[in-house]
Amino acid sequence: MMNYDNILIEKKKLSPIYPTERRPIMSVTGRIHSIETCGTVDGPGIRFVIFTQGCPLRCKYCHNPDTWKISEGKNMTVDELIQEIEKYKSYMDFSGGGVTVTGGEPLMQPKFVKELFRQCKERGIHTALDTSGYIPLEHAKEVIQYTDLILLDIKSFDYQTYKELTGVSNEPTLELAKYLSDIGKPMWIRYVLVPNLTDNPDHIEALAQFIKDLKTVEKIEILPFHKMGEYKWEELGYNYELKETPAPSKELVDSVKEIFKKYNLKV
Amino acid sequence: MFEQWRNFREGNWVKEIDVRDFIQKNYAPYDGDDSFLAGPTKRTLKLWDKVMELTKVEREKGILDAETKIPSGITSHGPGYLDKELELIVGFQTDKPLKRGIMPFGGIRVVEKALNAYGYELDPATKEIFKSYRKTHNDGVFDAYTEEMRKARHSGIITGLPDAYGRGRIIGDYRRVALYGVDKLIEEKQKEKRQLALEHMESGVIRLREELSEQIKALHELKEMAQSYGFDISQPASNAKEAIQWTYFAYLAAIKEQDGAAMSIGRVSTFFDIYIERDLKEGILTEEEAQELIDDFVMKLRMVRFLRTPAYNELFSGDPTWVTEAIGGMGLDGRTLVTKTSFRILHTLNNLGPAPEPNLTVLWSNHLPENFKKFCAKTSINTSSIQYENDDLMRRWYGDDYGIACCVSAMRIGKQMQFFGARANLAKALLYAINGGKDEISGEQVAPPFAPITSEYLDYDEVMSKFDQILDWLSLLYINTLNIIHYMHDKYAYERLQMALHDMDILRTSACGIAGLSVVADSLSAIKYSKVKVIRNEQGLAVDYEVEGEYPAFGNNDDRVDSIAYSIVKNFMNKLRKHKTYRDSIPTLSILTITSNVVYGKKTGSTPDGRKAGEPFAPGANPMHGRDKNGAIASMASVAKLPYQHAEDGISYTFSIIPKALGKNLDERINNLVGLLDGYFHDDGHHINVNVFDKETLLDAMDHPEKYPQLTIRVSGYAVNFIKLTREQQLDVINRTFHERF
Repeated sequence: MMNYDNILIEKKKLSPIYPTERRPIMSVTGRIHSIETCGTVDGPGIRFVIFTQGCPLRCKYCHNPDTWKISEGKNMTVDELIQEIEKYKSYMDFSGGGVTVTGGEPLMQPKFVKELFRQCKERGIHTALDTSGYIPLEHAKEVIQYTDLILLDIKSFDYQTYKELTGVSNEPTLELAKYLSDIGKPMWIRYVLVPNLTDNPDHIEALAQFIKDLKTVEKIEILPFHKMGEYKWEELGYNYELKETPAPSKELVDSVKEIFKKYNLKV
Repeated sequence: MFEQWRNFREGNWVKEIDVRDFIQKNYAPYDGDDSFLAGPTKRTLKLWDKVMELTKVEREKGILDAETKIPSGITSHGPGYLDKELELIVGFQTDKPLKRGIMPFGGIRVVEKALNAYGYELDPATKEIFKSYRKTHNDGVFDAYTEEMRKARHSGIITGLPDAYGRGRIIGDYRRVALYGVDKLIEEKQKEKRQLALEHMESGVIRLREELSEQIKALHELKEMAQSYGFDISQPASNAKEAIQWTYFAYLAAIKEQDGAAMSIGRVSTFFDIYIERDLKEGILTEEEAQELIDDFVMKLRMVRFLRTPAYNELFSGDPTWVTEAIGGMGLDGRTLVTKTSFRILHTLNNLGPAPEPNLTVLWSNHLPENFKKFCAKTSINTSSIQYENDDLMRRWYGDDYGIACCVSAMRIGKQMQFFGARANLAKALLYAINGGKDEISGEQVAPPFAPITSEYLDYDEVMSKFDQILDWLSLLYINTLNIIHYMHDKYAYERLQMALHDMDILRTSACGIAGLSVVADSLSAIKYSKVKVIRNEQGLAVDYEVEGEYPAFGNNDDRVDSIAYSIVKNFMNKLRKHKTYRDSIPTLSILTITSNVVYGKKTGSTPDGRKAGEPFAPGANPMHGRDKNGAIASMASVAKLPYQHAEDGISYTFSIIPKALGKNLDERINNLVGLLDGYFHDDGHHINVNVFDKETLLDAMDHPEKYPQLTIRVSGYAVNFIKLTREQQLDVINRTFHERF
């Protein structure tokens, strides 16, 4: 007979459950829209994605208009989130993934994101921040020190187009991009391509020239416009202006990629 | 020393039967990529076209052809060829490819029914012999079944029992024939028999002596069968082609003698690799020829057929045979067992196209070479034909030369077997607990009577206490039923050839199983965390339930309910452990349903989780359809928490995802799938089927099956040809959670 003793070895894998363990009295709280336990489209690898509530921009193509108002969503503490994040650590580790905070605009809650990322870094978890950059640079800086990768959305390089599209100025965004380049922080530039809105080749060319001078851009992601968020606009009673706008054709996407490639940028 | 062993490194394997030692001393681990692989040759494609033509006719007719007179045995039929000129590896179960043999030793009625279903008539003389003169396994079992066992079987609280056909789930060490030749194996068996000339002849020894005699006869027949194809396999194989052919002959003899539900091939690719490497070095084989041999071998495994009744197909459809081949894994010394032939055998999915058989099973370890991981992930994304099992977990139990019987049941090759026990329906057991032992559909008293629950709303503690009582009864009944079945199977349908390819002293397990785990976990969670109102019929039988409020459902990585699922498994297993088993086998448990989750659901009334009467269960250990709302990984994480140490016969999980959700391009998808598998197995998940495709593809295949002759989909522990499923099962697959995001 062979040794079969090890069948009986108990393994303890379930963490203690109820009542929940003692929590510190003060834990930083964030305003959260929702959580996706693991995503593959917001940064490298498999990621735990947190959507924060509240955004200063009003982009016409926004697919998460339900994240605009800071007054909605639910409060969650950093501790609660960390507890949840840790359940997925193996998947993040093995795929080269981590935590992504997106929104909404995460930098509307810099203290919260900073503390969350600080605790992630303590646990060796990769952190990515998806931001429009429309935030005073001083606020952004303290978060950035705990951020491994910035996904910077530059919605247009043209001041007027940006203003018309988002309702605000693109200056803080471009300023942040330069700052990240100066301090050597890796970033991915994300560009949402909308026919008749952000497909002006001159504007894209100008953007490419701007990005070429940044030292830490790892890649550019062209995100083709889609209307999956349209129903939310209707539910919220907002007027969706892009009803008639089609998704960009493959040819259009390729031609935009070509512009970036001309400047040796990775798309 | 045999001349055929030239250039092999010696070791213990030379002194005694020890295939593992031979592999360890001689194999060449490979950590490179897939660029060395060769595509299919013209010859291979021509031969495969012939197979496709035959399977097309088979699909239209149900079966291609069947024997009606001569019971199948090692030397009963053959030789048979597909195209003698083109075939590199030869041998079929009968005299013609895809013609099905009959195996009446399991039960004559089943054979007759199956033949009739396809328009054939059993030869009257054969029928007479088995009705009047030769008792079958099936007759023996029913002679011994108790009234209670018949009732439990009829009500469906225990079903799928191998009491009318071969039990299967036994893996002969077919490699022994190639390494040693049959004469040496006969000699060893004779020695074993001589050892058993003990002073006191009691029933155990007598049985074993008789079995050894049968094994020796079977080995002689094996030689004779090979001779009919023009091969002398009394001596060891001398090159790769012979090694593959000898091994296949051994397997062929097994499937001519037994029609067990699952007839795994074992773990042969790395063994073959040693011969292929030697031939390549000696310059007598090219890469293209090596791939041809593997392609041909796999073609043969794809053509294994058994005659089944329509009722059987309802349980396990798509004509499965579970020719499971375990690939890769790590050695105890830390070297990987991945070789070039691990790649070659997976590459058959590219060369011949996707297919459900053989059941290609990658033994995954976090330590596997990265190149191999990526190749597996890429092949999964392209073909959805691979299942993965946790080698880092199983190696702790079974060492580094185990195979997988059927879908998820690990066993040391040549040193261990199981008494297959199908499964108990735990969801029904829960309903019996509520109804005082009465069946919720028929109203019949199946379990011993006790006080039913009479309150309007279910109370968690009360339900748990009665559920515990029912499981006590069920576990004893279940083990006793298996004891009878396997006593009779040994007696009337003994696996002579397969057991000849085992050591004399082996470990036996009584492999029990459960269905409906997620239904029970969710039901108990609903009772605990929301309110469940009972709806009773006029006789006072609880027949439906109303759930008021939300409850945490299994599959969301929520410990409140995941811990319930964990306890159910542990608790039931501990009850099984209490009982005395046939041949001192060790009770084990699987959480596996294959496609029978549909039939189980059909036979089970409404459950307290909100599932309505007749609706399918989730397959295996899967969360219920649509209730795993936190994405794919939360769902996997819940399943990974189930305790393997209390479900050693395997925990099956099927995972379907659309390509887009895995990443934006192929490289990202490969990286993320590898990460997903690494994460799941690192967290002690046991098994996972990976399907990568869009729902639209399946819907289109339902309407236009002719466009998808090879569309393969993984379902709870095996793969099926999607278009061979019943419409009901196709819908079940489509309705199952498709992860559109993680």
